Amino acid sequence: MSVLAPENRQARPAPEPGAASMWLSDGWTVTKRNLTKLKRSPDMLVFAVLQPIMFVLLFSQIYGGSIQVQGTDYTQYLMAGIFAQTVIFGSTFSGSAMAQDLKDGIIDRFRTLPMSSSAVLVGRTNSDLVLNGISMLIMMATGFVVGWRVNAPFSSFLAGIGLLLLFSYAFSWVMALLGMSVKSPEVINNASFMILFPLTFISNAFVQSQTLPAPLEAFANWNPVSALVQAARELFGNVGSVPTPDAWPMQNAVPTVLIGAILMLLIFVPLCIRKFASISSR
Amino acid sequence: MLWECPPKLFRMTMIEASGLKKTYRSKSGPVHALAGMDLSVPPGTVKALLGPNGAGKTTVVKVLTTLIRPTEGTAFVDGIDVLANPKAARRIIGVSGQYAAVDENLTGFENLEMVGRLYHLSAREAKRRAQELIEQFELTEAGNRPVKGFSGGMRRRIDLAGALVINPKVLFLDEPTTGLDPRSRLSLWGIIKDLVSDGTTLLLTTQYLEEADQLSDDIAVIDGGRVIAEGTADELKAQIGGHRVVVTLVDPADAGAAREILGRHGDGEATVGTDGRTVEVGVINGPRALQYVLGDLGQAGVELHDAGMRRPSLDDVFLKLTGRHAENTDENVPAEKENAK
Repeated sequence: MSVLAPENRQARPAPEPGAASMWLSDGWTVTKRNLTKLKRSPDMLVFAVLQPIMFVLLFSQIYGGSIQVQGTDYTQYLMAGIFAQTVIFGSTFSGSAMAQDLKDGIIDRFRTLPMSSSAVLVGRTNSDLVLNGISMLIMMATGFVVGWRVNAPFSSFLAGIGLLLLFSYAFSWVMALLGMSVKSPEVINNASFMILFPLTFISNAFVQSQTLPAPLEAFANWNPVSALVQAARELFGNVGSVPTPDAWPMQNAVPTVLIGAILMLLIFVPLCIRKFASISSR
Repeated sequence: MLWECPPKLFRMTMIEASGLKKTYRSKSGPVHALAGMDLSVPPGTVKALLGPNGAGKTTVVKVLTTLIRPTEGTAFVDGIDVLANPKAARRIIGVSGQYAAVDENLTGFENLEMVGRLYHLSAREAKRRAQELIEQFELTEAGNRPVKGFSGGMRRRIDLAGALVINPKVLFLDEPTTGLDPRSRLSLWGIIKDLVSDGTTLLLTTQYLEEADQLSDDIAVIDGGRVIAEGTADELKAQIGGHRVVVTLVDPADAGAAREILGRHGDGEATVGTDGRTVEVGVINGPRALQYVLGDLGQAGVELHDAGMRRPSLDDVFLKLTGRHAENTDENVPAEKENAK
């Protein structure tokens, strides 16, 4: 009889939901898990809450007195730069968290479950989008306190927020792929610092690119971070009478960011899903 | 009326792997993690894969649980082709790995509930099942607190409970007790024995002969990515003798004489340890052989620090089958040290 026993024991055969509802429900289950995790790890909350406040105050109150931007007040000029920098760094969390989950063996657990093959990635990038959304809210609130104002219609303001979050969401997928390709989460943290720190500073985020030495100025004008900052600045109505550099991405900042974000998604979402189907700890 | 049974009931094997090969490229040339492994596990039975670190135990479990694709070979679980249809296989298997794959920031309950949801149980059913497992595995204190603060044994229990959320037809446990203290090990053994008595088909990997002996119907000894011996624990032990008689000499100069005397009463050649003063041999009747050995050693005037019997270990099985010690494989030594802590 023992031969028959396993057949009888399947008391609760796993139902087979449709692909779409499975994708939604699995994606939500993993998002919820990541958000719970976030809620319980204070260091990440500090990163998401305190760092944006610190940056807004640091630049507007301390450097603001010394940095002159012709055509507008520095606080108005600065905020889009801080938004962009913060959400880009926020997205790197997708990479280190994937690497950490891989190291902890949680990815192995997920990969032996009959779940949707993209749910872990969707859950990861979704929860990092929420994290970036929280950071944005806090930065905006802090910005208002130090005198930042939106000089654009409400729809344009929303479009600005949407564009920043879209770009950061797309960038999360790039980071997730990196996170699955490295040996340890520390690599992601170190590498993203080494690459993103100069990338965000050699841009128009905190200073006008015209004030930089010629080679750096060219770099800054073609730097995707600059396009994001310029686009946000335009949509928030913070450009004032600051001249826009001649480079094409600067002149067409909003389309540049849109095209960039969509390209990133088109390339990296499939790459991530393919990579995920073959990763395993050790 | 056998012909009225659905064809599935005639299945003679629940896990079937043949000719599995997995080759990794490395700087020092290709590494054959699996070198043509064949496995067959009948329904409702427990098979233990016994071998040292690096033998290919984890690799074969990863292939069978859809985590990695082999370079060559086929793998079936309950008649499902694991390589062609991994998703179908995932619906009927439960897996618990060597490193407890639980989310540290979630509570025990939340971990199990999440796994239930990802097996597509309804929200209510997932909660009910999580609660049931918490009680069954005596995890009540871990139920409502994040896993972070709990001992290794507790994490393993949560991980094992995660593998059982759907009452899987086929369960894979990769070194379920490695690194656990003896008490946690015994408690896990108890849980696994209960499961098995319910008729679950289980494939278990272990480095400990005793564990394989305690839990399995059938043992496959593996080395270098293939099965080198197969049989019940008794059959394997019979191959290497029932017990080992071990003596420690005061004077290493007596080693030759002691070896001759032990060999006289043993089942096979006696061996001298690397320290030059430990001599041992496999014997069929332990107590009687020990008496004779001590008598003869006394007559020959060989002085002893210590003398006794012990049960055969993985290392003895290995020595017999391969002519070398299990510990000689690279990673084994640090792992053993860690376990001793």
